[in-house]
Amino acid sequence: MKNTQAKRKATYTIGNRLEKESDRAVQASPDRANSLTSGHRACQGCGEALGARMVVDAAMRATKGQLIVVNATGCLEVFSTPYPETAWKTAWLHSLFGNAPAVATGVVAAMEVKGHNNVRVLAHGGDGSTTDIGFGCLSGMFDRNDDVLYVCYDNQAYMNTGVQRSSATPPAARTATTPIAGSEPGNVFGTGKNIPLIAMAHQIPYVATATVADARDLEAKVIKAMSMRGARYLHVLVPCPLGWGSLPRETIHLARLAVQCGLYPLFEAEHGEVTSSTTIRQPVPVEEYLKLQRRFAHLFKGGKPVDDRVARTQAIADANIRRFNLLREEESHS
Amino acid sequence: MKPFTVLDGGTSLTNLTGSWRTERPAYVHRLPPCNSACPAGENIQEWLSLSQQEKYEDAWREIVKNNPLPAVMGRICYHPCEGACNRETLDTPVGINSIERFLGDKALKEKWAFDKAAAKSGKKVLVVGSGPAGLSAAYHLAKLGHKVTIKEAKKKAGGMMRYGIPQYRLPRKVLDAEIKRILDYGVELQTSAKVSSLADVMKSKTFDAVFLSVGAHIAKLTEFPTDPKARVLDAVAVLSNMEGREKPKLGKRVVVYGGGNTAMDVARTAKRMGAKEVTIVYRRTREKMPAHSFEVDETLQEDIKIKFLVTIKKYQNKKLTLGKMALDSKGYPQPTGKNETMEADCVVLALGQDSDLALLEKFPGLEVADGALKVDARLMTSHAGIFAGGDMIPSERTATTGIGHGKKAARSIDAWLRNIELPALSKHELAASENLNKWYYDKAPQAKREMIDLKRRTTTFDEVLKGLSEPEALSEARRCLSCGNCFECDNCYGVCPDNAIKKMGTGKGFEINYDYCKGCGLCAAECPCGCIKMSPEEI
Repeated sequence: MKNTQAKRKATYTIGNRLEKESDRAVQASPDRANSLTSGHRACQGCGEALGARMVVDAAMRATKGQLIVVNATGCLEVFSTPYPETAWKTAWLHSLFGNAPAVATGVVAAMEVKGHNNVRVLAHGGDGSTTDIGFGCLSGMFDRNDDVLYVCYDNQAYMNTGVQRSSATPPAARTATTPIAGSEPGNVFGTGKNIPLIAMAHQIPYVATATVADARDLEAKVIKAMSMRGARYLHVLVPCPLGWGSLPRETIHLARLAVQCGLYPLFEAEHGEVTSSTTIRQPVPVEEYLKLQRRFAHLFKGGKPVDDRVARTQAIADANIRRFNLLREEESHS
Repeated sequence: MKPFTVLDGGTSLTNLTGSWRTERPAYVHRLPPCNSACPAGENIQEWLSLSQQEKYEDAWREIVKNNPLPAVMGRICYHPCEGACNRETLDTPVGINSIERFLGDKALKEKWAFDKAAAKSGKKVLVVGSGPAGLSAAYHLAKLGHKVTIKEAKKKAGGMMRYGIPQYRLPRKVLDAEIKRILDYGVELQTSAKVSSLADVMKSKTFDAVFLSVGAHIAKLTEFPTDPKARVLDAVAVLSNMEGREKPKLGKRVVVYGGGNTAMDVARTAKRMGAKEVTIVYRRTREKMPAHSFEVDETLQEDIKIKFLVTIKKYQNKKLTLGKMALDSKGYPQPTGKNETMEADCVVLALGQDSDLALLEKFPGLEVADGALKVDARLMTSHAGIFAGGDMIPSERTATTGIGHGKKAARSIDAWLRNIELPALSKHELAASENLNKWYYDKAPQAKREMIDLKRRTTTFDEVLKGLSEPEALSEARRCLSCGNCFECDNCYGVCPDNAIKKMGTGKGFEINYDYCKGCGLCAAECPCGCIKMSPEEI
């Protein structure tokens, strides 16, 4: 497994006037597609709105605009397209909550029939439609190796309908359906699904994880995915100020901390094998990540953990760090 | 006919989400700490930015807007800018001084000349003294269109840069070249032309204004019992005589009395002159030494010893008696009554300097206090049209401070001659370390200037510090964090979830579209350099 940390020209910023135009991020370009334009109704500091623009803009560049986007039901669809308005500047299609992967398969078939081999298909949705409601369709699309890039914007609960638990909700998180009550308040440990690993189990050509905290990394993964054919899956962590109980201005900071503490490993896999992971640049304990979110406030009293659940969360992060080889030093010690 | 009810499609752009906003982001300029700390008032961040883009000539032109001696200051300035640099909180400060030297040297090599001066004013200004303050004033006055004459008492121009700072820190060909450039700019220099009476000069009515910058060339002395064989010299004379044909004779065992930079300079000079044993004696501790720490380090590297907490009691029969001191409970040195002795062929006093204010005698109305000439905020003395700067006014007494005085006085003189008011300068708030998002900056080691080898250092007057190569200077300039001022990293543009930031093109920055900005604050939070400020919306 390669352990990578991209080197930048003095800074890790999105663009940089000192860099060649071709080396700058899509999001740094004045000519970016702005696929999801202004006036959408996402909350202040919405991670998903940002993530979706980053992903679709990169896909638009990779396909030279020959892209059809299929959207599952969820925040993204609701805030972008309250009929008859839309914030999308791409060919865009919405059907049901659970069937986006199947609809995408259908669009691919239609393009084939019409002989439009250059038109590519991207399907996307939130964690609810991906990990729960549309999971059967998604697995089928992977199984058939249909030529679709499926992108999940994971904000770790059903935010649009009032923050109910999904199978992507992390342990201990408070949601409307996992309240602070009972012997184990918040979401229980030992539940949930890891969709990137499940996707890998389908042996599809490409699986990757990314966040809104690193536009270049995210874009590189989208562009790589669009250079391949067959079923591809990208999982993007998108903090939600409303559902997480965080400040709108901290959306990117939280995504960054999720990576730096080890809870959200960044990696790529091809045909079921992890091929690379991104080194943690500034390791932090999980507390730093958890404390900024009100959904985890019940884990602390007076700044100190109330029980062993913070330690158990740290254990999850540590397991990720080992499994995905996220610290360079550890690699050299073992 | 349509099969079912269809509304006309529309774009979300009709939905002006800016109305949600409770806080408003705005691009601001904050004052970089380097600029704030520079006694010459250089816009350091700007010339580092130009250097980053490999626009070295533009960078040099930016420096000489304020300081006409970059190659000199790139060697002898004590770089308070680096002490203030926010990069210190990330790894090590940007090596600003070494980049200034690189640009200064490149300018000399490429023979870059100053920008054309303003139209001639017809006014004549006399500058007394050609140290950093005098040269700076002359340059800035010439730039503003005035006819400038410098009167210098010594044989050559440069003041303490020539007669105080040893050649191993400032090679004379560098000094000569930068002075020549100022003279080529139309400044008249008269050497061996001491002004002994300001009253006479004023009576002659040759000049419309005067800038005094005679420096501080009189060594402070102290008394202790000696005998006729005792050689007691002063550091100012020793360093000054190094520029003459007859080099001072110091002997094999040299003792230097004092703890300032001049003490280090004279001790290191003695070493280079062939002294076997050079000892600095100082009455306080290393922490209290006025000399800069790196100068003390370099001195110690050159096999020069420093005795702390001792004073000279007497110097007879080539034997020096030192009184031992001890710190009292408040940290002040107090005599212990115990003595020690050491052999010495000569003792050099480096106890500070005073200004020779004799030229002011018989000139009524100039206020002098504690041996320094009093000036107002414009650097004008209590006599209209007579200005002063450099070491002779109450100040920090560094070359860079002198450069700053010269510039400031030139602007004041210009305003006074033209009978206009100088606009009040408003300063931006300081760009503090807390304003930065340091995640975005990579750690990068400072490109250090190498030293020549120790043997050469202690036996020749060759320059100790080597310069940076172009690639080194470039990578060092690129370590600048651009504190408080946009460097077009595109973060704000890239992270706005509402696509409410417009990129205006290289050099033109960004604009916020308040029709759609919801005021989430991501742009401000993720701005690496702290150039976006959030403020509450007026409701």
